[in-house]
Amino acid sequence: MKPAPFQYHRARDVDGAARLLAELGDDAKVIAGGQSLVAMMNYRLARPRHLVDIGGLRELDRMHRDADGGLRIGALTTHHTVETDPTGVLGAGFEVLRRAMTWIGHLPIRTRGTVGGSMAHGDATAEWCLLAVTLGAEFVVRGPHGERTVPAGDFFHGYYTTALEPDEILVEIVFPRPAPHAALTEFAERRGDFALVAATVDLDVEGGEVRGGRVALGGVASAAVRVPEAEAVLTDGGSFEACAAVAAEAVEPPADASGSTHYRKELVRTLVRRACEEAVSR
Amino acid sequence: MNTDPVVTHPRLQLITLDANGEQHDVVTEPRRTLVDVLRHDLRLTGTHVGCEHGICGACTVLVDERPVRACLMFAAQAEGARIRTVESLSEDGGGELSDLQRAFTDHHALQCGFCTPGFLMLAEGFLAERPEATKEEIREVVAANLCRCTGYQTIVEAIDACATARRGACVTPCGGPDSKEH
Repeated sequence: MKPAPFQYHRARDVDGAARLLAELGDDAKVIAGGQSLVAMMNYRLARPRHLVDIGGLRELDRMHRDADGGLRIGALTTHHTVETDPTGVLGAGFEVLRRAMTWIGHLPIRTRGTVGGSMAHGDATAEWCLLAVTLGAEFVVRGPHGERTVPAGDFFHGYYTTALEPDEILVEIVFPRPAPHAALTEFAERRGDFALVAATVDLDVEGGEVRGGRVALGGVASAAVRVPEAEAVLTDGGSFEACAAVAAEAVEPPADASGSTHYRKELVRTLVRRACEEAVSR
Repeated sequence: MNTDPVVTHPRLQLITLDANGEQHDVVTEPRRTLVDVLRHDLRLTGTHVGCEHGICGACTVLVDERPVRACLMFAAQAEGARIRTVESLSEDGGGELSDLQRAFTDHHALQCGFCTPGFLMLAEGFLAERPEATKEEIREVVAANLCRCTGYQTIVEAIDACATARRGACVTPCGGPDSKEH
């Protein structure tokens, strides 16, 4: 189908875009790469009266490491840029991000889709949302009243809902610590589809021993969730198998045409174990 | 002169698109996707429209040399970018087929042909970035587009043959500054 009519506004800077959003109110939507929004508009699931295009704000398209070894990703950085890492900023500490990109859609989606767009869209199965929750990312958002930072734990509120106010723009995502022993894996019915279940782990490894870690899941609730019960198994020196079994017990994924609750719990068990094995082998 | 940091467009807007090296002024509604402007306004009907929600890849074109879904992009977003469509492949604009197109013919990489422009542009963009691509990588990349005739095997073979021939034809080591060692 064709999208409903709207007015198109091209932002020249972040502050101008935020001011315009404040003026236009709930009828306006920010567009970056548009890989989710344009599909929704073509279906008329979304009918914004105004689109504010921030795609030209090149200052938001960059990745760099900060003095503390953290990684700062501008909101308009594409999945493809992370995947190819042209400036070599990821290193072993953030290799997990580079490898995770291959799960996102297909090449022509990754060339347009942006990190910030994916986060702001807030799909319950999105790889970026899951990575943010697992790795404790922080979100730098700017609105007409200035800038604030939101931790990942407070950013995702549920299906397609985030802490962003209608007049705020996500400008940067900060991954504060390298995660050399982290991995993301998932299962989808076809390559490139939305995951039925996705799992990410970030292990603390000292002298070859696993001392603990973070375990998070996508596709089992209205947003990506950490699984403290499974993390406790890792802290107590339990096996990956035990950790995976506890994770499967701890969640109650919704059933739909693609799979029952039981089926998704079995996926959790398999995927958490796979993610742990991949992460520890790094 | 408009000094507002945000340029506000009315219902109809004038956009300038660079398609296949030519500048085109188009007056259109902002809701026109890139693929609709290419087909209806620029009459570049080689690019096909399939699903209109980013699943089938029939509308794949190159934007700044990278393959994108032209149905998941408004034409206004493409202003200032270099767009390449399937019409740009043949060197004299319609006569001689490119090596990639000839490889598709030689390997029977199409039957009905509806998906072919999308596959060609996907492969064109991918091989430019990864001239050293393995058959496995090619197989992975063509999963982006839907073909209901060929079963993909012949498409993979055509792209692989083209890549192999291009590597053989390289006088200097293959790959531009963008290519990566594996």
